[in-house]
Amino acid sequence: MAKSQVAMKINGKTVEALVEPRTLLIHLLRDQLNITGPHIGCETSHCGACTVDLDGKSIKSCTMFAVQANGSDIRTIEGMANPDGTLHALQEGFREMHGLQCGFCTPGMITRAYRLLQENPNPTDEEIRYGISGNLCRCTGYQNIVKAIQYAAAKLNGVQFQEAAE
Amino acid sequence: MIPGSFSYHRPTSVQEAVALLAELGDDGRALAGGHSLIPMMKLRLATPGNLVDLAGIAELRGARVDGSDVMIGAMTTQHDLIGDSLLTDKIPILRETSLQIADPQVRYVGTLGGNVANGDPGNDMPAVMMCLGATYHVAGKGGERRIAAREFYQGAYFTALESGDVLTAIRIPTPAAGHGYAYEKLKRKIGDYATAAAAVVLTMKGRSVESCSIGLTNVAETPLWAEEAAKILVGTSLDAAVVKRAVAAAEAITAPATDARGPAQYRTKMVGVMLARALERAKSRARG
Repeated sequence: MAKSQVAMKINGKTVEALVEPRTLLIHLLRDQLNITGPHIGCETSHCGACTVDLDGKSIKSCTMFAVQANGSDIRTIEGMANPDGTLHALQEGFREMHGLQCGFCTPGMITRAYRLLQENPNPTDEEIRYGISGNLCRCTGYQNIVKAIQYAAAKLNGVQFQEAAE
Repeated sequence: MIPGSFSYHRPTSVQEAVALLAELGDDGRALAGGHSLIPMMKLRLATPGNLVDLAGIAELRGARVDGSDVMIGAMTTQHDLIGDSLLTDKIPILRETSLQIADPQVRYVGTLGGNVANGDPGNDMPAVMMCLGATYHVAGKGGERRIAAREFYQGAYFTALESGDVLTAIRIPTPAAGHGYAYEKLKRKIGDYATAAAAVVLTMKGRSVESCSIGLTNVAETPLWAEEAAKILVGTSLDAAVVKRAVAAAEAITAPATDARGPAQYRTKMVGVMLARALERAKSRARG
């Protein structure tokens, strides 16, 4: 099948590539561009490990063809750190609150949480859980993932993070 | 999992899309959000030789008032439906239903048109569209035609759409101001398809039901419009005995499959429970 030329902005850099129409975005990212932060988990649009931010939306890159993403602006976990190289508040939150164990779901979790906080800078515990319902963690670490996102929300809002009493 | 090879087309107008699909015949499929089609392609259960992506057609997106109706473009996403203030104001059951579909990532991409056109009995919007009395605008080889949602669904994945057709918009008669509504969905976990679900839109006059419409999800090969059950309720005050009769009438038209979501008898009973809850909530929301 003839290949198509696609161009997109990924983590601030314009990238061009030749892809077959059937190439999934996750395969372009990982196999052709060596951007391996987004993971392949379930491959059935359930687990959210492949989540990237595309034109202001969280999308599952295993369920989109690269040709559909032509011309888009994408951010992955590789583009999450602050311009000065320090960790993004979410990355810091996941470290401080032990929001990961094996770490497989973490790039998807952080990328999804990034968009959630853009849309809702002060989410409640319930809104966070609902907002990350498309991301599965098999270490069952949701409690600390929710805390990590609350930590980041507090930091981004310039207020002191206080853990809720359990 | 890698889908079979195909050629990709990205038309910028409905005319162009219809012409392409007509030329491609059975080897062409329209691609909307792709969150039903792409998983099927990855499993090689669908192997179209050509995909005609509708994402480049700007006129297929967004909602507007058209006289006494609301018109919603087929490529409007579930996420768009949730955030649209016109729709939330005029037809709030759309937001309530959208919030119960899949998960945030899927809702950013999944479209209303894809949800209603695919013919999957597990999809939530078809029963809601039957409940609302929606009409689908379809562009095809012979020009544009309109098909009532209540006459659109013929079997699992079988609809009134013919090869080469593109569902372009959904026309919904604006429900009366002050109407009550509810979409009650039983699911095993968040994001799941319905074990059973019920959509209700009703209007009240004083303490009595003035009009009522009911749609049922995933309890037959097609979504169901429970006309008889709704008729039983009109003119009543929704007392327990009459609700019980309506629930029995709704249960009587179901023919669910026994699958991982439970045995058929259970799903029939659950759609009755969902209907009773939806009626109660719709009544509590109605003014008039």
